[in-house]
Amino acid sequence: MLELNVNGAPHALDVPDDMPLLWAIRDVVGLTGTKFGCGIAACGACTVHLDGAPVRSCSLPVAAAVGRKITTIEGLAPLDQPHPVQAAWVELGVPQCGYCQSGQIMAAAALLERKPKPSDTDIDLAMTNICRCGCYPRIKAAIKSAAGVA
Amino acid sequence: MTATLSRKDALRLFAIAGTGFALGVELRPAAVDAAAAADFSPLVWLRMHADGTTTVVVNQSEMGQGITTALPMMLADELDVPFTSVRFEISPTAPAYYNPFWHGILTGGSKSTPSMGPIMRKAGATARAMLVAAAAQKWGVDAATCTTANGVVTAPGGRYATYASLLAAAAALPVPAEVALKTPDKFTIIGTRQRRLDLIPKTNGTAMYGMDVKVPGMQYASIEKPLQIGATVASYDASAALAYPGVHKVVRVSSGIAVIGSSTWAAFKGRKLLKVTYAPGPNAGVSSTTIAAQQHALVATPGMVQKKVGDVDAHVARGTVVSAIYETPYLAHAPMEPMNTTADVRADRVTLWSPTQDQSASQKIAAKIAGVPLENVVVNTTYLGGGFGRRGEVDFVADAVEVSKAAGVPIKLVWTREDDIRNDPYRPGTVNALRGAVASDGTLVALTHTMASASITARAVPFMMKDGFDPLTGAGMADIPYAIPNQLMTWHRLESAIPVGFWRAPYANANTFATESFIDELAHAAGKDPVAFRLAMMAPGTPARVVLERVAKLADWGAPLPAGHAQGVALAQWDGGWIAMVAEASMASGKLKVHKLTASVDVGQPVNIDGLEQQIPSAMVYGLSAALTGKITFADGAPQQQNFNDYTVLHMADAPAFVVDIVRSAAPSTGAGEIGTPCVAPALTNAIFALTKQRIRSLPINDALA
Repeated sequence: MLELNVNGAPHALDVPDDMPLLWAIRDVVGLTGTKFGCGIAACGACTVHLDGAPVRSCSLPVAAAVGRKITTIEGLAPLDQPHPVQAAWVELGVPQCGYCQSGQIMAAAALLERKPKPSDTDIDLAMTNICRCGCYPRIKAAIKSAAGVA
Repeated sequence: MTATLSRKDALRLFAIAGTGFALGVELRPAAVDAAAAADFSPLVWLRMHADGTTTVVVNQSEMGQGITTALPMMLADELDVPFTSVRFEISPTAPAYYNPFWHGILTGGSKSTPSMGPIMRKAGATARAMLVAAAAQKWGVDAATCTTANGVVTAPGGRYATYASLLAAAAALPVPAEVALKTPDKFTIIGTRQRRLDLIPKTNGTAMYGMDVKVPGMQYASIEKPLQIGATVASYDASAALAYPGVHKVVRVSSGIAVIGSSTWAAFKGRKLLKVTYAPGPNAGVSSTTIAAQQHALVATPGMVQKKVGDVDAHVARGTVVSAIYETPYLAHAPMEPMNTTADVRADRVTLWSPTQDQSASQKIAAKIAGVPLENVVVNTTYLGGGFGRRGEVDFVADAVEVSKAAGVPIKLVWTREDDIRNDPYRPGTVNALRGAVASDGTLVALTHTMASASITARAVPFMMKDGFDPLTGAGMADIPYAIPNQLMTWHRLESAIPVGFWRAPYANANTFATESFIDELAHAAGKDPVAFRLAMMAPGTPARVVLERVAKLADWGAPLPAGHAQGVALAQWDGGWIAMVAEASMASGKLKVHKLTASVDVGQPVNIDGLEQQIPSAMVYGLSAALTGKITFADGAPQQQNFNDYTVLHMADAPAFVVDIVRSAAPSTGAGEIGTPCVAPALTNAIFALTKQRIRSLPINDALA
């Protein structure tokens, strides 16, 4: 048995140590907002926060997340009080297919936590998540809007 | 259609909604029967509720293209309700909801708006006419004197009634067979900028994709497949897989060896522990080199005729003759959500939950595998994490049905990204041979274009083949807008067992690169500016010429650029719509930087301006990924790429600025999902030529520059 702290709640899981955190969150804890895209930490669809820092949960063994605070898209903000990044995503109409957006939003929220007024370069360096619909221009605009930078 | 039938339809929809797969709308908690009885639903496409809201039923899959906003906009405009009062719901897979263009339920070919738009408008107009008739009857006035706006009927003298107050009275009236539609000048919603109806669930993790489905008793499965396409399993040993915690069962299915377990990870890990040997299939020995050699041999002579104008033989030797061979690689679709489907196969029925672009084909394949009647297959359509044509295939649906049938439990079948890249029906690679003759006055007098590729149509929709000819192959070569007096465009079929499929703007996505690069070559041979050279071959006022003129102006074509920058231009048609594009790029120490892509697009009547401003750059990003680095290569029949580390796609840091100009046309909408893709590669390679005088005739660009 492993104990995970997901979005502030404890979860006892009977899973193999090498199961990636992604699958523990999705299939066992039952939170499906975090997505599977590549399984090799290349696309970022599975991004969650581990003690506030963005990690690609598809490539992190669940055992490595024990004793740390895991935040998923479901725990970022209450549904009726969206996080500023989510509000900016709605305001600028970012999503298309939407599949990568949980990961994009988690990466963006972590960036703004670390760097509240990011430059374009800061955004390019932090936002390495893949979007096949090509939402990049609106993602960048929404991050700037959330940060209140031009 | 009778009121009884519409109630039944409504109840069926609520039944579907009750499974939790209604998209983008909150489920109604209680009193479903009472709520349904109070609804006004003269046609299956809408239900008007007593609270003043309207649910629009959409029979097209939402894969990012915004169709679950565009079609409701078209209905709401004719209905005269505020768009803020509109929600949507995905239709069941039943004949009442069939798209007449496809004779079933299918999303593709940019056909959703042109095929379903008129039907949605008529549905809105029909409901509106009945509400007006109900009000007129109540007031004893002539319906023709009443007007509607914002969900209210108004009669002369200021009497008014909300639609919500008229629902019961309208439901008692006959449904008119014919209704007048608005003229475009009366549109209040079509052609405006509206927020997508699926925005909120797509920003808080609640949007339900196929990957997120969970049904009672469900187990997870993944299938180990051969690396060589078409190879078959010779033998396998599952003992180590079965020993891994959570692995329940291993079964052989037609596409490989399925591992079934208590989590996706158990299934994935179990696969890694299988020992499988394969018998080679028809692609043994096939490589990118052997494929290209066949194609090059084919294009040495003309093929099956796509288009013939005048007499090229008599004119191709006049003036300056230019000839060139272009090549494009195979490409994978790689939508963000790997393929998956959840199937529950029972003795007499099948239930599917699937991110599919082709519900009808899913239903058929499931019925066939499970041995049940078609009508006993229920398809629940989830959101699709991208499509691009990939999800019009049903290989992943068949996988799920086979495994559920073998296992006797509901199965969520999940492909890995590696499965996705290696088992794609690829965009076929092409070899294009072109020859053109420029007369001494600088006009293009003859153009021949011969292309060789595998046939998508022969594999995916063989009934559309015409005596061995694939009628779709002319996209991007035979549909050019230029008045060239002598033209011959032909196609050779490459016989190949590598599967090929519809990929954003099929055939045009490859042919346009050859056509528009070669037109650029001819312009330079003629000593003409590439924009002026094209304009001279098009009549004033034609849509193709208009978009080229507009993009040239918007991109300041010909004006001084920052030092080291250059522009390239391209023009293309997609199924009646037109796009012209200017790429601005620079090169620094051999490294290409794309600064800006500017497009002018005419897709007929624009529906959602915001949607177009998403779709056109979206298709441009898709095209730019392919142009810069996209390629699938083969060795001994096996694709050599497998994930986003070796099949690389564009990241934010490399995304240029996008400028999109939309022509405000009132002509019928053509659909806009694909038109942005084909021009990207030639506009960019033409810009590279302007920069460096290097003519790139083989994609991807980064390989050519390496």
